[in-house]
Amino acid sequence: MTTPLTPPPRKDPQKRTVSPTQPPGMRSRASLGLSAAAAEGRFALQACAECGKVQYPPRDACSGCLSTDLPWRDVSPSGTLLAETTIRTSVNLYFRERAPWRTGSVQLDAGPVILCHVHNDCDRNGRVVIWNRLDRSGQAVLLAVPEERTPVMEDDPQLRAMTSDPKHRRALITDARNPNAPALAAALKQAGASMIFVAEAESWRPYPGRKALEGIGGIEFLQMDVTDTSSVQRMAGEYGGKTDILINNARFIRPGGALARGDVAFARDEMEVNYLGLLRLAQAFGPAMCGRAADGVNSAVAWVNILSAWSLSNNAEFGCFSASNAAAYSLSQNLRAEFRPSGLRVMNVFTGPTEDSWFQPVPPPKVTPQAIARSVIGGLRDGLEDVWCGDVAKDMHERFLQNPKILEREMTGGGQG
Amino acid sequence: MSDALIQLAQALADGSVKVVDLTHTLDPDFPVIILPPEFGQCARFRMEEISAYDHRGPAWKWHNITMSEHTGTHFDAPNHWISGRDVPLNAVDEIPVDMFVGPVVVIDCSAEATEDEDFTMDPDFIRAWEDQHGRIPEDAWVLMRTDWSKRSGAPYLNMREDGAHSPGPSGDGIRFLVEERNIRGFGTETVGTDAGQGMHLSPPYPAHFTLHGAGKYGLQCLSNLDQLPPTGAVLMAAPLKIKNGTGSPLRVLAMVGKDAT
Repeated sequence: MTTPLTPPPRKDPQKRTVSPTQPPGMRSRASLGLSAAAAEGRFALQACAECGKVQYPPRDACSGCLSTDLPWRDVSPSGTLLAETTIRTSVNLYFRERAPWRTGSVQLDAGPVILCHVHNDCDRNGRVVIWNRLDRSGQAVLLAVPEERTPVMEDDPQLRAMTSDPKHRRALITDARNPNAPALAAALKQAGASMIFVAEAESWRPYPGRKALEGIGGIEFLQMDVTDTSSVQRMAGEYGGKTDILINNARFIRPGGALARGDVAFARDEMEVNYLGLLRLAQAFGPAMCGRAADGVNSAVAWVNILSAWSLSNNAEFGCFSASNAAAYSLSQNLRAEFRPSGLRVMNVFTGPTEDSWFQPVPPPKVTPQAIARSVIGGLRDGLEDVWCGDVAKDMHERFLQNPKILEREMTGGGQG
Repeated sequence: MSDALIQLAQALADGSVKVVDLTHTLDPDFPVIILPPEFGQCARFRMEEISAYDHRGPAWKWHNITMSEHTGTHFDAPNHWISGRDVPLNAVDEIPVDMFVGPVVVIDCSAEATEDEDFTMDPDFIRAWEDQHGRIPEDAWVLMRTDWSKRSGAPYLNMREDGAHSPGPSGDGIRFLVEERNIRGFGTETVGTDAGQGMHLSPPYPAHFTLHGAGKYGLQCLSNLDQLPPTGAVLMAAPLKIKNGTGSPLRVLAMVGKDAT
């Protein structure tokens, strides 16, 4: 049984903060399909298009018929633990620091035998489920977990090393004024976050969510506006070393595309908040968080962006807003590259229209603040990189994967007759 | 140098004339006017470092700043309002520079504004002030002292669900100053020359409508008005020379005789 994590003691000021190290990150190009699936929390393997054989490990030609047509397909994650052992030492720094580490082999119901990490609650020769997760190098690793949930299984050190669980961690929400802030804060509290900071811009004007935030209890308000560099630097100076999870929910949105607007004022505001806001936060909070990515139970673990699914393909009704989100999405990929050496994970939560005043004239389905909060917490617990929240975002993603050009043509409409 | 200027220079040097700063610091977190969100908005003051004696510029420090013409302590030109769109010389770069230095009177409404945050200054109130301090001279600046500048944070805009609540002139009050006293301009300590509920007066925003329609100027977000005498001070308020500008952040100064307060 997993020993429940206890809240970490206060940091010993005489001890050097542990530098982040990484598990091996090298993969073949074929193997990256597994990482792409892990980024969304799916378990997928190559299945030969000609003979149907499920492949493991990922490869360039079918191990049964030598076909090179090996598309990735979600397969059953169930199997049986064949053999297991505990590694007590390693020449690899990352595992050396984290030994003992349980590994084993699993006979998948889908066919192949795989080598994987093994959750400590798995019984010998027992039934297991394979979770495909990203490790701290940002690459897929397979972890066998018991078929039935066990108490506090998320506290297992091997699993926790792969996830971004908010339990016992301190989270910063960057925009108290966003209608989703109270739901996010409540969900973090529910998930066991030890401290919740909420950044409030322009406290000189009231907003309806303030009461709801106060009602949650234990929220600490920080005076910060993502468009004001000095305020971001000041708060990062004070709280950057206590921010384990940063949730950037700052958003500026107005309807309209290029011609509908007639000027660049709102577009500039959208870039200031949605793109440059993210950049300012990254420059101010990024270094401190990267430096604390191996700092024990409450290490800095994840950077969350809440983006519009229209960052993938422009929606003309919100054309300029979509463009600013495309910029933010692109920057999030840059952050992944720059955070990679530390293991700090960038998770993007993509949403369709949200249930708030700016989407009031847009027909449902719309994403509620609670749905966003569930996606954020769920994504953190699973250590994901990409989360598609709500039917509109899921549909957008699916169509994007099928053919981005067709999606673009659909999204840009127009034509007569 | 004329005798008057020599005397002024001496008075400034010996402290018998002092200079009072009526300006708020340009601070990113200083309130600006808030309009319904579908309208264009007043840009906040923002400052980005270009270099600070570092790799971006080893021996110098400087910033890029951005703001609206109407951010912080600022000047309103006649072309700011639709009533003043066709007034001659209505942009900040066109206004004759002698308009930027001149006499100023201060009408103290601080007790009334403390009592009633929606206080509006009407002609009777102004006449009562004149009974005590004399008739408002023609072509003078008139500043409405409310001590509102001593407020900070949320109480400054005092925004509620039915809008902002702050003092200002009544429609009749501002018309009296413009039409009966032919003032040069009108200034307040609040975020605008109009009362917080000014959109519900007639005409809406009467100070903006009346002042600018008559080619008069506005000043807002002033501070330290409690350091000015009711009459006898000289105001210096020169906006930036912005081509076709409708206003400008500026440093507002007053020269005050030592014994005047």
